Amino acid sequence: MRQSFFARNPSVVIFLCCLAAFTLVVSLLSEGAGTGFISTSFIKTLGKTLCLCLIAVAMDLVWGYTGILSLGHFAFFGLGGYMIGMWLMYERTRDIVVSSMANAQIPPTEQEVVDAIGTQIFGVVGSSEFPLVWAFADSLVLQLAMVVLIPGLLALVFGWLAFRSRVTGVYLSILTQAMTLALSLYLFQNDSGLRGNNGLSGLQNLPGVEASQAVVSIWFLWASAVALGLGYMLAAWVVSGKFGSVIRGIRDDEARVRFLGYSVEGYKLFIFVLSAIIAGIAGALYYPQAGIINPAEVAPIASIYLAVWVAIGGRGRLYGAVIGAAFVSLVSTWFTGGQVPSLDIGFYRIDWVEWWQVILGLSFVIVTLFAPKGIGGLFDLITDRVRPDRHGADYGPDKGSFQEAEGRE
Amino acid sequence: MWRILAALTAFLLLATSPEAQETPVQDLLAQNRDLISESSRRTIGPAIDAIAESGLPEAQVVLQKWQNREMWLRESDGMFFWAEEIDRDTLRIFDFDTGDDLGEVPDDDFDQIKPNSGIRALIGAALVRFQLTDPNPARRRDALQAIERDAEAAHLEPLRASIPDEPDPAIRAKKERLERLLTISFDAYEAARLEAIGDVSGDISLDVRGTLNPLLQTRRKVVEGEIPGTDNVARQLTPGSDALPRAEAYAMLVDADMAPARVSDADLMNALTANIDGALVGGVPVAQLNTIEARERAYRALMAEDIVPPFVSEEEIDTALSTHTFYDSYLERSTAVTDAAEDAMTAITRNVGASQAIDLTLDALSLASIFFLAAIGLAITFGVMGVINMAHGEFIMMGAYTGYVVQQVIPNYTVSILVALPLAFAVTFAAGVAMERLVIRWLYDRPLETLLATFGISIALQQIAKNIFGTQARPLTSPEWLDGALVINDVIGISYIRIAIFVLALIFLCIFLFIMKKTRLGLETRAVTQNPRMAASMGINPDKVNMLTFGLGSGIAGIAGVAIGLFAKVTSELGQDYIVQSFMTVVVGGVGNIWGTLAGATMIGFFQKGVEWLNPSNTLAAQTYMIVFIIIFIQFRPRGIIALKGRAAGD
Amino acid sequence: MRTLLEVSGVSVTFDGFRAINNLSFQIGPAEMRAIIGPNGAGKTTFMDIVTGKTRPDEGRVIWGDKSISLIRMSEAQIARAGIGRKFQRPTVFEDQNVFDNLLLALKKNRNPFSVLTYRRSDEDARKVRELAEEIGLADQLARKSGELSHGQKQWLEIGMLLAQDPQLLLVDEPAAGMTVEEREHTTAILVEAAKTRAVVVVEHDMEFVRRLNCKVTVLHEGSVLAEGSLDHVTANKDVIDVYLGR
Repeated sequence: MRQSFFARNPSVVIFLCCLAAFTLVVSLLSEGAGTGFISTSFIKTLGKTLCLCLIAVAMDLVWGYTGILSLGHFAFFGLGGYMIGMWLMYERTRDIVVSSMANAQIPPTEQEVVDAIGTQIFGVVGSSEFPLVWAFADSLVLQLAMVVLIPGLLALVFGWLAFRSRVTGVYLSILTQAMTLALSLYLFQNDSGLRGNNGLSGLQNLPGVEASQAVVSIWFLWASAVALGLGYMLAAWVVSGKFGSVIRGIRDDEARVRFLGYSVEGYKLFIFVLSAIIAGIAGALYYPQAGIINPAEVAPIASIYLAVWVAIGGRGRLYGAVIGAAFVSLVSTWFTGGQVPSLDIGFYRIDWVEWWQVILGLSFVIVTLFAPKGIGGLFDLITDRVRPDRHGADYGPDKGSFQEAEGRE
Repeated sequence: MWRILAALTAFLLLATSPEAQETPVQDLLAQNRDLISESSRRTIGPAIDAIAESGLPEAQVVLQKWQNREMWLRESDGMFFWAEEIDRDTLRIFDFDTGDDLGEVPDDDFDQIKPNSGIRALIGAALVRFQLTDPNPARRRDALQAIERDAEAAHLEPLRASIPDEPDPAIRAKKERLERLLTISFDAYEAARLEAIGDVSGDISLDVRGTLNPLLQTRRKVVEGEIPGTDNVARQLTPGSDALPRAEAYAMLVDADMAPARVSDADLMNALTANIDGALVGGVPVAQLNTIEARERAYRALMAEDIVPPFVSEEEIDTALSTHTFYDSYLERSTAVTDAAEDAMTAITRNVGASQAIDLTLDALSLASIFFLAAIGLAITFGVMGVINMAHGEFIMMGAYTGYVVQQVIPNYTVSILVALPLAFAVTFAAGVAMERLVIRWLYDRPLETLLATFGISIALQQIAKNIFGTQARPLTSPEWLDGALVINDVIGISYIRIAIFVLALIFLCIFLFIMKKTRLGLETRAVTQNPRMAASMGINPDKVNMLTFGLGSGIAGIAGVAIGLFAKVTSELGQDYIVQSFMTVVVGGVGNIWGTLAGATMIGFFQKGVEWLNPSNTLAAQTYMIVFIIIFIQFRPRGIIALKGRAAGD
Repeated sequence: MRTLLEVSGVSVTFDGFRAINNLSFQIGPAEMRAIIGPNGAGKTTFMDIVTGKTRPDEGRVIWGDKSISLIRMSEAQIARAGIGRKFQRPTVFEDQNVFDNLLLALKKNRNPFSVLTYRRSDEDARKVRELAEEIGLADQLARKSGELSHGQKQWLEIGMLLAQDPQLLLVDEPAAGMTVEEREHTTAILVEAAKTRAVVVVEHDMEFVRRLNCKVTVLHEGSVLAEGSLDHVTANKDVIDVYLGR
């Protein structure tokens, strides 16, 4: 009965192959590779999409597998972005400051350089002092560690508080939403130390790198693809074994798992923190490609969209999350980018930039009502596996449990 | 008889002719002619006093004309007139005593009296006495206001004099009050000032504070050794404390020429740059000057050559500071007055604090009623029915836009609001029923799916509103009778619109209680939410009840939208701003209990205002802390303030 | 006789309603006990208290040789301490197959990290198969448990309980909705289990209780009304009053 991990999970192999092929083809067609069939900005869009797929995988872990509808995962995503953004901005500004000070007759002291960087970075918020949170901004290693630690820590504290008091279902969703709202409001303040609503900018420039954006975008595409591949494998490994069995049990019937002697809170916390860390890493890869991060990115709406992607892709299956995120975000980009020709219906001219959100909202209602399995459900037509027929009843008493239609394949 | 008449006529004619008439004003002016034409602020006083105290009815006119630069002196005979300039060379002159128009004359013979601003102020002060006793009450009020705005010592006497004859009690009270304030500022006798200060102690009005504050103004001083006894010392300061940082203290010494100036970093850099000798400065290689120590070393080397001013070391600064005394000294010389003023201010500060607390409470109450208003619809749909409707905020928005549209059609604001309220209810009721029928009823007991589906509706509605009304804010104007504020004193004030919202919230609370406790719908709603199957078997149609209840909750959201639209900007994002807070209000309060929602709204409102009070510049911080507080609060009372207990709560 | 579980003087109130009123109860190791009582007698609440789902307002719940108090312990800790509970409604993980259900329940380290790195050994697979044999589901191992019949789910749940290897089994109405043959099978499983551990069965069905052939405790209005053999308690006047009404 024992087989290798990949043999037991053929979908992982297929996914990794598709991902590798996709990344390779896109790289070859890019400007960076010299062919130029795909513009650099579109490469960045694709790279960003891969990061969104990664956070969708994290979301699927908490929601699809553990039944916690978190409406706050973009808080972790954003924090990851801020952490890497601090280093990028600091080092980039340092380069500029040092080169401009090189002309001075008397060489600057360390403190003068730091002060000048501070003035450059915090001038927009009327300050020049480095706040405490920037203490490690000059160290790539420490900031990278913080990409993992800060979202992880926030998730740990928040999750511990929330799960300990057994807040579940909708309440937990509202609480996570409140968390991300609180974070975004906090970041909006000028004295948060992260430049208030200006956010961090110029992140697309890698300090000390001479290569053009065309090349850098390919690097990031690959980095994002590797992160997605690893994240996907990690998630697949977590959900495939006995651990997966436990968390799916928690999703469908939390009390039963508890009476089996599993500390439900511990498992939830583990998954919550793990997914927060994945989200943080995804954010750290996303924002250098986006070039700018500001507190609006952390607003509750973003996290709800994340849930929308996963639901449209089909929750409870990792590839569903990836497909949902990629499909919806790319189609969104396409529609809101104004590339879709307007539709004239005689008395009214439908401008898709204006109406896309309406379509998205309504299609989401339709998916929830009529196709709870989402796009991923289409794959069941191929594999044609049979799931228990429960005559329309849910799989468990818990609010996050699978519905009949979701489980049946 | 005819002779008598003729004689009378002749007499009258004589009386009106200037030669024969008495001319007291002209005489008075003539007496003071030298002073008036000299126009010096220092010497003019007696002239003004003479006119003002002459008791002549025309004195006021004279002073006014003088102040307005309309008084002219005829050089040929030294007579004064007031005149209008017809053009550059022609004047129309008037007699002061009679007011008669003496016709147009060339201005060659006339000199305009041009009082400077100082004199005009003196004249103004003298005029005050006339205004204060003017028969027209409005004029008297204006005069009081003018004094309030710009009080002077000279006002005190006329003001005092005018009080006993003041007929209007309101104005009299005002005068008496003003007299107290002027006494504090200007009375020559200390005892009178002290008494006046005692009288206003604890009065929180702005004018009292404005009067006392100048008395307490201080100037920061530094002396070597002991403080001179002539100064009225407010407090002594220690250099390096928060009140007087070390650098600031030393800068004071430097400004007072009591210590040598410190070499600033910029000076040091300039000195070094100016003295670069090849690759060396003061013997130190330029390339090594990237530390403070190296720079100081180089500077000291330059100092040794006497090229640059001496470097003041930290020890020297310390010594200089320790040999000097720093203190704040009152500008007011009298210790008794400043002490009394300090006491009065303490009492005032305490009373202001109390008033602020009341004001804050009112603010918090109005914020709480806004939260309550926004959340009460949710208390029905989410609290009672357990349906989580993310589009609730958009229903609020729809209500607000309904109000806007109604105002476009009906221009009268009062009527339009009265129409808008029921119409908003109808619109959102219909929207709620439609949504319940089409979406929500398929998702009962699937709250997470409901959440996401209604979120889809929410973003669709938002975008539709944006497409129809655009992104800019639309005005929803309140009727005039809601403008303005109820001002209780200079600290406590609350706008009528907030009172209206508070009242509306109370009305809603009553309506809610009435519907839930006293009507068939309320009974059936409670039955259906507690046990739908049992309710159905008792002949209640759960579908219908759910539909109506949901519609009711949505309709109330619509009305709340009109109310919120009156003070907030109506945009497509209006609802979004309230949705999270509304949910938290319901959750914090305790689901399924309207008193809980009320308690939740009150708590959140008070907490937010409390944090804003601690950190007034930052409402964002207040919201952040509020949310963090709620997250922590949920830890201790996961079911909210007013929790259903036991099995009924459901696990 | 040694006591495994001792409940003494326990009371619990829900919104003024006294669900359990000064209840005392004891059971020794390797003993079968049936609890009967009319609706609202507090049978389920009693189980909730023992398993940590409900905290009593007063009273003591002492467990095992080391006499630990269960009152401050979480459900999971109590379960790990050796108390297994079967709910009234069959609750198995319907999305997962029978094998996974049993494997999940198998007595192992419950720590998330050791579960994460858990690799199924042949030993564990053998144990699962033995259990499946015992509850009569050996040929259903690969099926999704959601597809099982009602009775099979009940057995599976009992199997999961046995897999935990508890010292005390709390079983809430195991025979509800079963056919006659299924009941017999259930009886057999429980009787077998009671040979090595304590089993408490809450049941309405007197026939089923009779078949268990064990000591019976009658609950009424939250406290013990009578205790003894089934014949003894059914002869008790109070019990007759309670069941038949006065």
